[in-house]
Amino acid sequence: MTGQGDSAEHEWVDDHAGPVVRPYAVTRGRARPVTGTFDLISLVMATRTDVGSESGLGPEHMAIVGLCQRMQSVAEVAAHLDLPVGTVRVLLGDLVARSLVQVREPRATPAGLPDDSVFEAVINGLRAL
Amino acid sequence: MDYGPSERPAGAASLPTAIKILIAGGFGVGKTTMVGAVSETRPLRTEEVLTETGVGIDDLSGVEEKRTTTVAMDFGRITISDDLVLYVFGTPGQDRFWFVWDELALGAIGAVVLADTRRLADCFPSIDYFEGRGTPFVVAVNCFEGATQFRLDEVQTALNLDPGVPVVLCDARRRESSKEVLITLLEHAMKTREARRRAGG
Repeated sequence: MTGQGDSAEHEWVDDHAGPVVRPYAVTRGRARPVTGTFDLISLVMATRTDVGSESGLGPEHMAIVGLCQRMQSVAEVAAHLDLPVGTVRVLLGDLVARSLVQVREPRATPAGLPDDSVFEAVINGLRAL
Repeated sequence: MDYGPSERPAGAASLPTAIKILIAGGFGVGKTTMVGAVSETRPLRTEEVLTETGVGIDDLSGVEEKRTTTVAMDFGRITISDDLVLYVFGTPGQDRFWFVWDELALGAIGAVVLADTRRLADCFPSIDYFEGRGTPFVVAVNCFEGATQFRLDEVQTALNLDPGVPVVLCDARRRESSKEVLITLLEHAMKTREARRRAGG
């Protein structure tokens, strides 16, 4: 995502430079979320249209709530915000703790695979594309 | 009873289920191309920043030496229905990022191993990984122009694959072709599941 359409002031940073904001600064030094595990494909949806006067939230929290007005996976949130996945997990934990987002973990059977109906639905869905 | 904010009264049950498929293979074999061919959106890139505590190197007493590595993964999305979303992840090309693979492979319904017949050995690590993990996979030979054409059974033999593993030809740039590969994988994954269920009694 980086490098395209960025403003001129960022042109000296190429894709290999990584995020401009240090990830730990965004999470205030926290490496793990207060709650939740957040698979890459866990789906996130905001529960409110805006967070109003919630204190203790940073601009990245607000950005996630804004982005998740439409359902997004954890991986998509990270990609759109250009933040590492680990950082996004911490921020999502904060939002879940405040009930500002709801999260659906991917469904899996104990064997690690969804049931046949899911396979069939995906096959039919792909054929129909 | 529902609790918390109620602007969206529908509960978590209204969120779809997400499933994932991995696209693996050597560097430059066309993983991101295939992700882009099937995805309904431009492929996105997500990054994991990994921190390893250095052991035995640069031992500055009192200073904890940490190195960070950024691993990028390209992925795409296919909305199957209102309650089912498929994500397709290209695996990081370098073998040293196995720990990222473990996270990606967890819960994945299967994997496509993309192969280039000019550099067949490049996909050995992916095949070994999915065989070892028991993740259902298919091998898709990406037909690069100018590459010598081999018969699929020759590829199967060269890769020393279990005869049950499907080997198909594809053009990773083409949506139809890449879709067919995913369908082959899903059918194979279903069969594998059924076989395991029977074997398990």
